[in-house]
Amino acid sequence: MEGWDPNTKSTLTRIPLLTTKAGPRDGAAWTQRLKEEYKSLIAYTQMNKSNDNDWFRISASNPEGTRWTGKCWYVHNLLKYEFDLQFDIPITYPATAPELELPEIDGKTQKMYRGGKICLTVHFKPLWAKNCPRFGIAHALCLGLAPWLAAEIPILVDSGAIKHKDDAATSAES
Amino acid sequence: MEVGFKALLDDLDVLEKSLSDPALINKLRSHVENLATLSKCNPHRRSKVKELSSEVVDSNPYSRLMALQRMGIVDNYERIREFSVAIVGIGGVGSVAAEMLTRCGIGRLLLYDYDTVELANMNRLFFRPDQVGMTKTDAAVQTLAEINPDVVLESFTMNITTVQGFETFTSSLTNKSFCPSKEGGSGVDLVLSCVDNYEARMAVNQACNELRQTWMESGVSEDAVSGHIQLLVPGETACFACAPPLVVASGIDERTLKREGVCAASLPTTMGVVAGLLVQNSLKFLLNFGEVSPYLGYNSLKDFFPTMKMRPNPQCSNVACLERQKEYMLAKPERDAAAKAKMEADASTTIDEGPLHDDNEWNISVVDDENEKDTTKAASSSDTLPEGLTRELPVADEYEKAIAIASGSGETEEEDDLEDLKKQLEALNAA
Repeated sequence: MEGWDPNTKSTLTRIPLLTTKAGPRDGAAWTQRLKEEYKSLIAYTQMNKSNDNDWFRISASNPEGTRWTGKCWYVHNLLKYEFDLQFDIPITYPATAPELELPEIDGKTQKMYRGGKICLTVHFKPLWAKNCPRFGIAHALCLGLAPWLAAEIPILVDSGAIKHKDDAATSAES
Repeated sequence: MEVGFKALLDDLDVLEKSLSDPALINKLRSHVENLATLSKCNPHRRSKVKELSSEVVDSNPYSRLMALQRMGIVDNYERIREFSVAIVGIGGVGSVAAEMLTRCGIGRLLLYDYDTVELANMNRLFFRPDQVGMTKTDAAVQTLAEINPDVVLESFTMNITTVQGFETFTSSLTNKSFCPSKEGGSGVDLVLSCVDNYEARMAVNQACNELRQTWMESGVSEDAVSGHIQLLVPGETACFACAPPLVVASGIDERTLKREGVCAASLPTTMGVVAGLLVQNSLKFLLNFGEVSPYLGYNSLKDFFPTMKMRPNPQCSNVACLERQKEYMLAKPERDAAAKAKMEADASTTIDEGPLHDDNEWNISVVDDENEKDTTKAASSSDTLPEGLTRELPVADEYEKAIAIASGSGETEEEDDLEDLKKQLEALNAA
């Protein structure tokens, strides 16, 4: 964690840690884990809103809590770039981290695997392995997705791989 | 097939006369004619072989395999047809392994992958440029069925790390329709893990630990110049989760794990060697010849092939692994009895020879050291390390205490309702 910036560090210390080590097939223990996940996400979302740093929406799209969908966005040069966000909870969770997917960017960057799965192998998965089972979805978003967006979106915009919807509309009209 | 095409053309003629607009019919006709032409180009697939023959003729696809039996390497090569092998990951290693097993005449192959063939895969063996765009499983079945139609091929295009994919994976492994008479709970004899990521390996590990399934794991380094294979018998050898990930065990600062881009390097040579080592170990395991390596590494820069054996971790984080270890320990008396019976058989052979000397003037006798063995067994059963060795990793007690403290405070949270929390998050999302 030494290399992370002070803002991320202070944010991380205020996201509640999880204690239940349970995966999707563990019945009541998984329900308990889901409760902790929700508390963690609620706390993180509230923190972001109070700091005027809101940047994602996420919710479970099935009752079992194994499929999550939402949106995330990044502001670059005063323009907001928004993307669909989705991921499955892997069978071996929380021993393994969820694979966060941005399907709209699939194929546009080499920092991505098939289906829009962002590469977290270097900057996040070692952290996850060290902090299992204390890290959860909120931590994956804070330490995995947020830095990835901050690093990659400016490059993709500058290279023209991603266009803002207004720019896209303009080019469509012309 | 050609008869079918001809019938189709005749049907089209009839249709053409009964319809006012012949444009669509002509289009269909040219399409069928094109297909008929393609089918003629395709070489005819050979018919299936009912029984393996050792006859040495050009038309016998198994003559050189059955020669292993004649040369005394394998007792009964025909048993190869009774075996089922599952291959997870049809990439640079898995596809080559599948082809090797198909050419060996394996009975049944189960293939798992969710990726598609792309031109970037042409640096490795097996897939061809004309298969770009197909799923790897479909392309593999297409090629393997032509190489050897005797092999039963089942393909699953899915991601085994998801809940649904995992259930399909485990149920297909336990499906015994291919060889119902076989004893044991599993429907396959061996699982080969040829995946390229940690998450998929952990999923295979979980499935095999739960099913008591023997499997082999393979891997190739990111710089494409080394690799390894590993035999995993749940409870008897280390499972994939027994050793913590390197970054956790070594305390390495994750900042030093630098990598530009995502693309790992790969060579058809290293992939081919690892696939060869994997299938060779599999054949030895299935057909009982040679010595099955518990672990075999390959360092191509120095042509170094290290081997070693890894015991399971008594504090493994995988619950199923701990259960298998317990079963293995409970079965220890049976294994000891079997070993003792074997020793007695050997001893009886020795006794037949009789004493070397007819007289024993000084009454010298060899004393049985059974007591010493018992002491050794007691020591090993208590997990005491041999003299001179120390444990590298800390025990897990401290971690468990921390969990206990945390779970204590967790009891208060039991009163919270999952639905309430869900609604709270939805409300925040809407705001």
